[in-house]
Amino acid sequence: MKNWIPLALVPVIGLLALPLVPSTPTWVTLTVAGLAMGMMIFIMASGLTLVFGLMDVMNFAHGAFISVGAYAGASVLLAMKPAMQSQSFAGNLGAIVPAVLAAMALAGALGWFFERVVVRPVYGDHLKQILVTMGGLIVCEQLIHVVWGPDLIALPRPATLTGSFLIGDAAIERYRMLAVVVGLAVFAAMWLVLNRTRIGLLIRAGVENREMVESLGYRIRRLFVGVFVAGSALAGLGGVMWAMYQESLTAGMGMQVMVVIFIVIIIGGLGSVGGCFVGALLVGLLANYIGYVAPKLALGSNILLMVLILLWRPRGLYPVGK
Amino acid sequence: MSRVSELLELRGVNTHIGQYHILHGVDFAVAPNSLTMLLGRNGAGKTTCLRTIMGLWRASAGSIKFEQQDITRTPTPELARRGIAYVPENMGIFAGLTVRENLLLAARAGPLDEQRLERIFALFPAMKKFWQAFAGNLSGGQKQMLAISRAIVEPRKLLLVDEPTKGLAPAIIQAMIEAFRELKRETTLLVVEQNFHFARSLGDAVAVMDSGRIVHRGRMAELAADEALQQRLLGLSLDTHQ
Repeated sequence: MKNWIPLALVPVIGLLALPLVPSTPTWVTLTVAGLAMGMMIFIMASGLTLVFGLMDVMNFAHGAFISVGAYAGASVLLAMKPAMQSQSFAGNLGAIVPAVLAAMALAGALGWFFERVVVRPVYGDHLKQILVTMGGLIVCEQLIHVVWGPDLIALPRPATLTGSFLIGDAAIERYRMLAVVVGLAVFAAMWLVLNRTRIGLLIRAGVENREMVESLGYRIRRLFVGVFVAGSALAGLGGVMWAMYQESLTAGMGMQVMVVIFIVIIIGGLGSVGGCFVGALLVGLLANYIGYVAPKLALGSNILLMVLILLWRPRGLYPVGK
Repeated sequence: MSRVSELLELRGVNTHIGQYHILHGVDFAVAPNSLTMLLGRNGAGKTTCLRTIMGLWRASAGSIKFEQQDITRTPTPELARRGIAYVPENMGIFAGLTVRENLLLAARAGPLDEQRLERIFALFPAMKKFWQAFAGNLSGGQKQMLAISRAIVEPRKLLLVDEPTKGLAPAIIQAMIEAFRELKRETTLLVVEQNFHFARSLGDAVAVMDSGRIVHRGRMAELAADEALQQRLLGLSLDTHQ
């Protein structure tokens, strides 16, 4: 099986869209928008795919980590108006960095609590996992209403990340470029951890065969907790980025984006970080191209993509050997 | 009667898997520095027995002792740390990892020991040849070699090996016999096997299971010499012609 073929789908879809879009600058704008959207989806989905692959847990509460991360980050951003309104990027970072850390910390802590209290009693039982994690998601949404109120909260972007810049005639939103850079950095960091460290080796082995990892003398339960917390923290990072992308946030934003996240991890192959990355880019690009070329088809484009990919590779783009 | 010299001892071990009662009071022992064959028809409970020893299924009654210590409730990772290695029937290799990474993972103490690695390469030259290849791309025989290499990449006190010749070509089985002869010199083995030629060639002691019970214990040479006993205990399901 050639590993580069699924990856080649990303430029292939881009090139196929080129003649359908009226001008090249528009195509460039749509492509960057699609890549940015894909990167944010990847950040939110990567933790879930590892949790599913390693722990075989259907965690619908992942959406709660996204929402809670977004609210925690937004609270910090809104509280640091001077830094947000600074005309220098370094000044903006003075708000963004604490916001991201708060989002990841709170979402990670919530993930740790969920693993211990909600998920641990139902390991090995998918039906109960769906029920309790869906319940947890609903409870978290209601708690967000209690703490932050039920209304939509507007979240202006930091001053230097508003507006666009031009590459030729193509307008590129500054925030989207940042999303691409952050997404690539997260992917590179995950790739390095998974492929260049012993912990990564254990995670990759555990995704394939947990029982054998235990038989080799490793206490995989500790690894589970670490991956769950890291995945939740990444969801929090994705949540605050998604909120800044949409310039608003609601308690239901996590649940809304979960449909796309599940599509991405199924397309990529359950448990595969590389597959999740490629799947997220495909979903992001297709959503933007189809949203522009044939808006009425936009809603169904992700489902259609999933159907086509599963017909081609029933276990996803990069199936993990089990 | 328990003998102090036994490395592993099972007494009255019962195992339930869900509603099914698989092991019904299994009693046998494995002496140190020996190779004990665990034989029996399909469904006799051999694999369940190995998995129960390894802690992958819990004994519902009875006791398991390793080096005179009770390990009946000991978690699997702790058993591995005490020196028990397990090679499951499906070999349990990590297909998405390279041969090198599979061995690296099994070397808990740290980097791979060069001397042991050379010995593994001497036993299984294919491991050196496919060092950077993904384990999922290896042939069935090579996967089995990798599974056994992984079990011995660090010194172990006891190897539990489940059907090492299953699905292998006769030439590979012969290579496996030679490899197990080498392994016998440094460690104790408990091997589940269906291939009687393999069992006869290597076994010092034998225990035969039927319907979740031990129905015969003794020296392998005695069972190998008694065709009537073989027929009575093992029937036709055991391949005596390979």
